[in-house]
Amino acid sequence: MTEVAWIGAALAAARPQAVAALLRYFRDLDVAEEAFQEASLRALKSWPLNGPPRDPTAWLIFVGRNSALDEMRRRNKHDSLPDDDVIADGEHNETALVERLDNSAYQDDVLRLLFICCQADLPATQQIAVALRIVSGLSVQEIASAFLVSEAAMAQRITRAKRAITESAVAFETPGPVERAERLTTVAAMVYLLFNEGYSASGGDAHVRVPLCEEAIRLGRLLLRLFPSESEIMGLTALMLLQHARAAARLDANANIVLLDDQDRRLWNQALIAEGLVLVEKAQRLGAPGTYQIQAGIAAVHARAARPQDTDWAQIDQLYAVLELIQPSPVVTLNRAVAVSRVRGAAAALEMLEPLAQPLAGYFHYFGVKGALLKDLGRADEARVAFNQAIALARTAAEAAHIRMNLDKLNK
Amino acid sequence: MFYCILCYNLESEVEAWSREKEAAMLAQREIVAHELAAQGRLGPVGRLMPTTTAMTVRASRQPQVLDGPFAETKEQLMGFYLVDCKSLEEALQVARGLVGDTGSLEVRPLATFYPGIGLQ
Repeated sequence: MTEVAWIGAALAAARPQAVAALLRYFRDLDVAEEAFQEASLRALKSWPLNGPPRDPTAWLIFVGRNSALDEMRRRNKHDSLPDDDVIADGEHNETALVERLDNSAYQDDVLRLLFICCQADLPATQQIAVALRIVSGLSVQEIASAFLVSEAAMAQRITRAKRAITESAVAFETPGPVERAERLTTVAAMVYLLFNEGYSASGGDAHVRVPLCEEAIRLGRLLLRLFPSESEIMGLTALMLLQHARAAARLDANANIVLLDDQDRRLWNQALIAEGLVLVEKAQRLGAPGTYQIQAGIAAVHARAARPQDTDWAQIDQLYAVLELIQPSPVVTLNRAVAVSRVRGAAAALEMLEPLAQPLAGYFHYFGVKGALLKDLGRADEARVAFNQAIALARTAAEAAHIRMNLDKLNK
Repeated sequence: MFYCILCYNLESEVEAWSREKEAAMLAQREIVAHELAAQGRLGPVGRLMPTTTAMTVRASRQPQVLDGPFAETKEQLMGFYLVDCKSLEEALQVARGLVGDTGSLEVRPLATFYPGIGLQ
């Protein structure tokens, strides 16, 4: 392994905590980012010579803070630049800093940083874009290509979002215990949003964007390490692991969608599945069910089935029933209907769909499911109508192609 | 004499590794492992899942089960068991039986496992 690669990984890992601590100090996103970048440059110079520091995060915070202060002084022409020796001598100060930065401060910093990115008045895509820029350190170009917009447009969006954040006074306050719990919920939602952006792209040619999913999982694990007893964070991380485990099987060689039943289960990533299943069990022990845990539980039932016909659909039906209770939504009912069709047949499922016609009138999957159920019941003409409505609502080429395939089967 | 070689690293860093880097690290270790296996000197090898999957059973009158990995810096690693369990609960049950009246046992699932050649 090359040194640069090793240092690159160390910097990526330290970034959320280091930027968060620098932000607490400077209360300015741009200054905090620049300070971290400067510290990273110095790490590239210093670490190969002096070896890696014991606590890379603390080193980066210390050096970043000093370099930003130097930069300010230099701009104000009050003082001359101290040379690198002073900073290299930082080992002593660094230790003191580590002692002050106890775990709870780290926790609050990262949480605050993530929370800053998910302020309610920002649109969801901007929340994700800022989080990818600030927390994950992706370049504007990388983020732009993930969202399929021009680099200039994305740069403008991020600048606008940063300005909104800076103008908001709440962002930099230290949260109290109640607020912290609320923030964690918001942050979890943002991480899941990021995952979904990767798992089921909201537009364009690419149906799955693996790097976004992987980044969301990394953030989930990070949150879980900060809050090891939060069953919903366990659930969220498990859910993402279990969904992402199927990534390689979800599209065929021609980038067509492959449904769960038709997927080659040998392509499922067993390591991710095993980790997800342990987290589901760990969360269940705490006896505080929540929406992520239940969704992870459903994903776990699928993951445990070696063949499609081994799937315990009755259990999936029950889990969706619980989900309907704690988070009633037409989309949840639609999903439950799919499970019901396997347990009690297509007619029973179709009945459940009736009250959903109004709220899901613009929802691609509603018409996809409806068409499939009608097809199973031998009502080909009605199925054709539903499939055509689905095609009109498809957001990606893969979605549309999948429904067309169903239509072709109907016409045979 | 049997020697146990324990691998330590910063988890958050390893999670940020690129696929190429991960593969390069594994390839290098595999060369050494192959050599040892050919000489009949390789016992079981395992890679643990992230600490986020860990639980800890701490000795007390009623063994305490805690979320998260073993985190006490004063105590040292004394040994390990490798057990086959159907569930986390079953593994915790084993750990409760083992824990005695001092110390802690971390229960962490394995991500990968090679049985080795069966040392004598």
